[in-house]
Amino acid sequence: MTETQLKATATETATKTRKMGQVQALNEALDIALGVDPSVFLLGEDIQEPNGGGFGVHKGLGNKYGTTRVRHTPISEQAIMGAAVGAAISGMRPVAEIMLMNFVHVCADQLINHAAKLRYMSGGRTPVPLTVRTATGTGGGFGAQHSDMLEAQLVHAAGLKVVVPSNPADAKGLLLSCIFDDDPCVFVEMSQLYFAGKGEVPEGDYRVPLGKARIARAGSDVTLLTYGRQVGDCLTVAETLAADGIDVEVVDLRTLNPLDTDAVLGSVAKTKRAVVVHEAVRRNGFGAELAATIQEELFGELAGPVLRVTAPDTPVPYAKSLEDAFLPGPVRIEAAVRRLTKS
Amino acid sequence: MTAQVTQPAAEPDANVLVELFATATRIKLFDEKYLSLMKAGQIGGMYYSPRGQEFAAVSVAQHLRPDDYVVTIYRGLHDQIAKGVPLRDLWAEYLGKAVGSCKGKGGPMHVTSPEHGLMVTTGVVGSGIPIANGLALSAQMRGTDQVAVTNFGDGASNIGAFHEALNLASVWKLPVIFVCQNNEFAEYTPLSEGTSVARIADRAAAYGMPGESVDGNDPVAMWQAAGRAVDRARRGEGPTLLEANTFRFNGHLMGDQQAYMPKELLKEKMAADPVPRFRARLIADEVATEADLTAIEEQAAEEVADAAAYALAADYPDTAELDTDVYAPEVAV
Repeated sequence: MTETQLKATATETATKTRKMGQVQALNEALDIALGVDPSVFLLGEDIQEPNGGGFGVHKGLGNKYGTTRVRHTPISEQAIMGAAVGAAISGMRPVAEIMLMNFVHVCADQLINHAAKLRYMSGGRTPVPLTVRTATGTGGGFGAQHSDMLEAQLVHAAGLKVVVPSNPADAKGLLLSCIFDDDPCVFVEMSQLYFAGKGEVPEGDYRVPLGKARIARAGSDVTLLTYGRQVGDCLTVAETLAADGIDVEVVDLRTLNPLDTDAVLGSVAKTKRAVVVHEAVRRNGFGAELAATIQEELFGELAGPVLRVTAPDTPVPYAKSLEDAFLPGPVRIEAAVRRLTKS
Repeated sequence: MTAQVTQPAAEPDANVLVELFATATRIKLFDEKYLSLMKAGQIGGMYYSPRGQEFAAVSVAQHLRPDDYVVTIYRGLHDQIAKGVPLRDLWAEYLGKAVGSCKGKGGPMHVTSPEHGLMVTTGVVGSGIPIANGLALSAQMRGTDQVAVTNFGDGASNIGAFHEALNLASVWKLPVIFVCQNNEFAEYTPLSEGTSVARIADRAAAYGMPGESVDGNDPVAMWQAAGRAVDRARRGEGPTLLEANTFRFNGHLMGDQQAYMPKELLKEKMAADPVPRFRARLIADEVATEADLTAIEEQAAEEVADAAAYALAADYPDTAELDTDVYAPEVAV
C-alpha cells in the first residue's frame, strides 16, 4: 500500500478540535492535502492570491504553495475539466474548482463522458483520481443560473461519486477523503453554509469516509432523510416536534453516491415512516431515488407513503419572496412530518 | 497568416524511412483485413477506417517514446498502431474480447493502453484535446520531459473545447502537440462548409503558438514537421498546432455510401494512395529494394493474420465483468 492509500482508509477519529466555519474548514483540508502529497494541485478561476477563489476558499494557499500548484485558469470550464482529467490519469490528484455548479454543465462532456467512464472503458487501466469542488444553492439572491442543485444529474452518471457536506467538520473530512480517493468525486458546497456559523472541526488529517451517513439526531417516530443545508432545517423541525411528542430521526446522507443504503433502510425500518428533504427540484430529484429504494426494500413495513419535501419544478427565482417560497424550509418539512405521523 | 516554423529540417535516415513504411503497412493491412471480415459478415460493430491517413500518424509517432502520451479519437487505429499498441491487444479489443487492451469494455472507440502511452481514445469529436493538456501539465509539473500528442480531425477544430484548450496550452506553455489530421470532411460535411478557415493551422495565430500546415501524406515532410513540434515541446517551449493534410478513403464509417463525396475527388485521392506511393519512392531513391519491402509486407500480413486469428478465437468477457472497474475496488461501497 502506498502512503496515499493508507490515508484514504483513515476514518473519523476523535482528536483535538477548533471552532471554525466551512470556508476555513475547506481551506484547511486543501492545505493539508497540498502539504502531504506533491501530486495534489488546485486549479480554477481566480483561485490564486489575492482573491483565493470566488468565495475565498483558497485564501493563502497560493502564497504558501506557489502558483504552480495553486494555479488560476482562464474562464474555460472545458479546459479546466479536461486538464484535470488528463492530469488525473497520469499520476496527479487535481482538485478543480468549477466556481458554480450550474457551470458544471459547460464541462459536462469532460466530467460525464470522460472522468466518469475512463476507468470502466479502459478495463481499470486509467483510474481518474479527480476532485471537483463546486458551490451552489438558493438563498443568496443569485437567481436561476447560479443556484441550481444538480446532484441528481451527477448521481445518474455511473463512475462519479457525489458528496454534499452539511457542517464544517464533515466538509473538511469529506473533502480530504475525496482528494485521496481514486475515483472522480464531485464535492458540492452549498454557499449558504459558507457563512452559516462555526462548528468544532478536528485538527490535522481528519477523514470522513465516503459512503457513510450520519445519524444527526436519533428518533423513533419518523425519519427525515436529507443532506447539505437542509440538515439544519430538519434538526430545527425535530426540536419543534419533540415538544409535541413526535420523535424525529434525522439522517444526514453526506454522500449520495455511494449511498449508505444500510443507514437509510436501517432508520426507516425502525421508524416505519420517511420524509425526504432536499433543495433540488422535485421531479427526478434524488428524493425519487430514495423513495423508490425504500419501497423496494421495505414496502410491507411502512406505516405510510414516503413523502418528499423539495423545491417546486421551476427555475430558482430572484425576488426574495419567491426565493423564500422556493426553498423547502422548516414550515413545509414540519407539515410533511405531521401529515405522515397522523397516518 | 500561418506562423511557419523555420528551423532547418532534419533528414530522416534510411532506417526511419523504412520504419515509417513498415508501420504504415501494418495499419493498411490491419484495416484491409478488418474491412474484409466486416464485409464477409464475420465481425460487426462500429469501425472508422483510417485508410489514406497512415502517415499523419506514423510520422508523428516516430518521434515519440513509449512514455510520451497520445490521445486519439474514434478514427484512431493508425494512431494506436503507430504508438506501439500490440496488434493482438488491439484486434481483440476491437472485437470486444476479454484479452483486449481494455478487457473488451472499451471497444474501437475507447481504446486505452497506458504502458504504450496510448492514454485515451474518445468517441466524442474534439473531447480529447483538453485532456491532452492535462497529460502535458502532469509531465510539466512532475518535471519529466514527456510530451503529449492529441490527434483529431478538421471537424474537431470547430468545437469549443479545441479553442479553450489551445488558449490554455499557450498560456501555460504546455508540452503538447495538437495534430489536426485534416481529411477534408467532418463526418459528411466538407471543410469549406463548416470551417471558417481554409487551413486549420491558421487558427494557431489566435492562440499565440506556431501553426504548421503540411502534406500529411508525404512521410518525409510530415516527419520533419512533427520533429520540430515534438522537439519544441520537449525543450519546454510550448505547444504547436500541426495540420496534416490528408484524406480518408472509406467514408465516415462503415456502410457510408459517400453520397456527399465528389467521385472525381475520391478517385484522384485514391490514385495517390500514400502507402504504395511511398513504396515506389523508397525504391526509386534506392533506400530499399523491392525485395526488402515485399519482405516487410509479408511480415506485416503475418502479424495481422495472427492478431485476427488470436482475437477471433478469444472469449468474450465473463458477465461477472459487467460491474467491475466502475469504481476503485478498495473504496467501493
